[in-house]
Amino acid sequence: MHLSDVIPTRFRINGHHQHVLTRWHVGNRQLAQAVSLAVVAVVMIPIVYLVNGAVNAGGEGVDYLFRARTLRIVGNSISLMAAATFAATLIAVPFAWLTSRSDLPWRRAWLVLGLAAMVIPSYLTAVTYTEAFGPKGLLQSLLEPLGVDRLPGIKGFAGATLTLTVVTFPYIVLPVRAALLHCDRSLEEAGQSLGLNRWGVFWQIILPQLRPALSTGMLMTALYCLSDFGAVAVMRFNAFTRAIFIQTESYRMDKASVLALLLVGMTVILLLLHSRMQLRGRHYRVGTGASRQLEAAPLGKWKIPALVFCGAVIFVGVVVPLLVLFKWLAGHTLTNPIQVPLTLLIQNTVGVSAVAALVVTLAAFPLALLATRRATGFNRWLVNIAYAGNVLPGIVIALALVMFATQNLLSIYQTLPLLIIGYAIRYLPFSIGATESAFAQINPRFEEAARSLGLSSWATLARITVPLSRGGILAGLALVFLNVMKELPTTLILRPIGFRTFATRIWSAYDEAFLSSVALPGLALILVSAFALAIILRREGTVS
Amino acid sequence: MEYMLETENLTKIFDDGVVAVQDISLQVRRDEFLTLLGPSGGGKTTALRLLAGFETPTRGRIQIGDHIVADDSHFIPPEKRRVGMVFQDYALFPHVDVAGNIAFGLQGSKKDQAKRVEGLLSLVGLSPFAQRMPYELSGGQQQRVALARALAPNPDILLLDEPFSNLDTHLREQVRTDVRRILLETDTTAIFVTHDQQEALSLSDEIAIMFDGKLIQVATPHVLYNRPANTQVARFVGDANFLQAEAHGMTADSLLGEVKLFHPKTGRVDLMIRPEALAVNFEGHGKTATVLWREFYGHYQRLGLALADGTELIARAGVDRFFKREDNVSVSLALPALAYDAVSHEVLS
Repeated sequence: MHLSDVIPTRFRINGHHQHVLTRWHVGNRQLAQAVSLAVVAVVMIPIVYLVNGAVNAGGEGVDYLFRARTLRIVGNSISLMAAATFAATLIAVPFAWLTSRSDLPWRRAWLVLGLAAMVIPSYLTAVTYTEAFGPKGLLQSLLEPLGVDRLPGIKGFAGATLTLTVVTFPYIVLPVRAALLHCDRSLEEAGQSLGLNRWGVFWQIILPQLRPALSTGMLMTALYCLSDFGAVAVMRFNAFTRAIFIQTESYRMDKASVLALLLVGMTVILLLLHSRMQLRGRHYRVGTGASRQLEAAPLGKWKIPALVFCGAVIFVGVVVPLLVLFKWLAGHTLTNPIQVPLTLLIQNTVGVSAVAALVVTLAAFPLALLATRRATGFNRWLVNIAYAGNVLPGIVIALALVMFATQNLLSIYQTLPLLIIGYAIRYLPFSIGATESAFAQINPRFEEAARSLGLSSWATLARITVPLSRGGILAGLALVFLNVMKELPTTLILRPIGFRTFATRIWSAYDEAFLSSVALPGLALILVSAFALAIILRREGTVS
Repeated sequence: MEYMLETENLTKIFDDGVVAVQDISLQVRRDEFLTLLGPSGGGKTTALRLLAGFETPTRGRIQIGDHIVADDSHFIPPEKRRVGMVFQDYALFPHVDVAGNIAFGLQGSKKDQAKRVEGLLSLVGLSPFAQRMPYELSGGQQQRVALARALAPNPDILLLDEPFSNLDTHLREQVRTDVRRILLETDTTAIFVTHDQQEALSLSDEIAIMFDGKLIQVATPHVLYNRPANTQVARFVGDANFLQAEAHGMTADSLLGEVKLFHPKTGRVDLMIRPEALAVNFEGHGKTATVLWREFYGHYQRLGLALADGTELIARAGVDRFFKREDNVSVSLALPALAYDAVSHEVLS
């Protein structure tokens, strides 16, 4: 299994499984169906309340929709998304090629360091950038000998774009790198024999094969940019998520709902565009036989520029945030008025993330089973609805759940169960995707063979399906854990009063301008995240 | 109990409306080796999956031994049918070693299980490989593990779905012989699916031929080859020549002159003539023909012939004489011909 299967690359429309509509051989189908229906009912809650909230806004809502302020928010979000996706692609494609197909020294180390950018949450990167690239920051001290004594500051569009570029480029590197490693070498040889030089081979043979991976990676980046709250909030750039947060904080739910629905509409359009593009062409190896071993392309005189390029990417993406955090850590003990014991933070963060990851994995299990073992039209719909988290940014889910709890179930408002439900809706697609691809890789004949050898459907589930898909399911679990731990907006809005995690602690330290208090929870968060990512990456055979 | 397996009007229509198996009524005697033969997509595998319990029949009845396992009101799940299955891709569990695979369906004490596994390993000649993982075995070895695993719980019937199709030609004949030996040694009733007529003719006690989900003929290999139920079957189980003729009782007038018939017939008929029924000589009393092509197979040669009016025939000749292209030869019919009604293609006996 590749990491690209685990991260939500699979915005599934339909899949082709052999003998999908045969008898059910694992576990109990009625039970799987019932649990799936219950899960989907929960996923529907935010959608229903969001639409309801926007409808309540009525004519005022329509007015608000066309106000100059609203249109500016739309423009801000689109330009941020476009700029960051473009920049991330420009960085990611050469980075992926250098670390997979060239003779660049320390390829594996560069790759791992590049992926490490994924474990630093966007708000943390953004906070450190305000320090490093702001007035009297790291950059200025580097530039001072050159006579630069004032920097314009990095807040706003530039800061948000830089942060999101750095944070998202690994999401393009991973699928593109996997595609590069799976490229058919004999196609390139055929190109060379027809007279193409190395550039010609890249543009005419390799790049077309990368198109599906590239478009998937760019889609993920674009969706990330639209739904990210941390970077725009820290950089005070008025994109959708920040605007929704501000409206929600001041309980203007109607306006927040209108904005949220508009944001969801944009993500849906993005997904539809993507799936149309994917349907246009298919790219896979035709014919049998093992792919030829790929050989590393010699860089020659380009070796130094390539090293500088990779070094610069890693420096900005990973080294700068760490440097700033360590600098703050050094000055930390002197000024720290709001002291929260680190052990309590660890306990809260890890605890809530672990529970959420378990809940999501259990909820995803029957849905993935239906999707791979009984993909009827109805079940496809169920699973597609369960993927709604892909188009519902965390801030939107949080807003909708606040409306749900305050209007209909006040007893659950600001409790851990509501917070867990919010995480579950958001990250269910990750877990279904991982579990589904793990199930899809199990030959259905294994399950039939077990039945014909006398095992009941439950015993088959326990002795064949679960052991064979364990790795994939665990990788999905680790991925959900990693993401819940870094999650900011849902946590800020839905958490019980006084419940603090790494993420909320970093946020309030930034909000109250005690930047040095960011250091400890920030570094701890990076450490735990790196551990979770290592588990996921170890499953991914391609990082070798 | 007369039959080990009996089906009556067994039918499977898939949700998308495809009729995969239609009204199959079939009996298999104890210890018999029956082959389901037919072209790909003819419903053989679906029929096998219905017997195993992996699919629910749309209608019809399946009886194994004394037990009805599927009819309008019953459905016995696969694990309670005592039916073993060898899959086309073997489906060896990748997370369990060879011994574990074979023991998978066994119950009882660890000691008894180990003994049974040991016995099966030596039966299939894989004793030294007990601790290997499936991916460490060759295709032929995996095939034998799959067979041992299916035989381990002592099934009443063993089902084999194209079990030799993933082996290369050289290995296939060896494995085929081994499997036949093992099934004989263990007195196993077996149903075997293949689209390879050579394989079916050489291995089976009885062959059931299926086209488009329907059972066309059930017969011994010998009868199926020499007296196929219709022209479609005749073509499927070997080379066949067809000649139009006018029948008068036990003889018929054709391009090959007056020929003897297997069954009495009158009127217009199609004669079915196997290549080896044609006698080809350099000189003789037969009809004149020209050699169009020749394929040499060591122990016989296959010849393409054209009669004076251009009608083409396929013949088989021994290797005592050698024919080459454009030789003029004499062709005659050495055996009685099978005559099919020219309109319906059904044989009248």
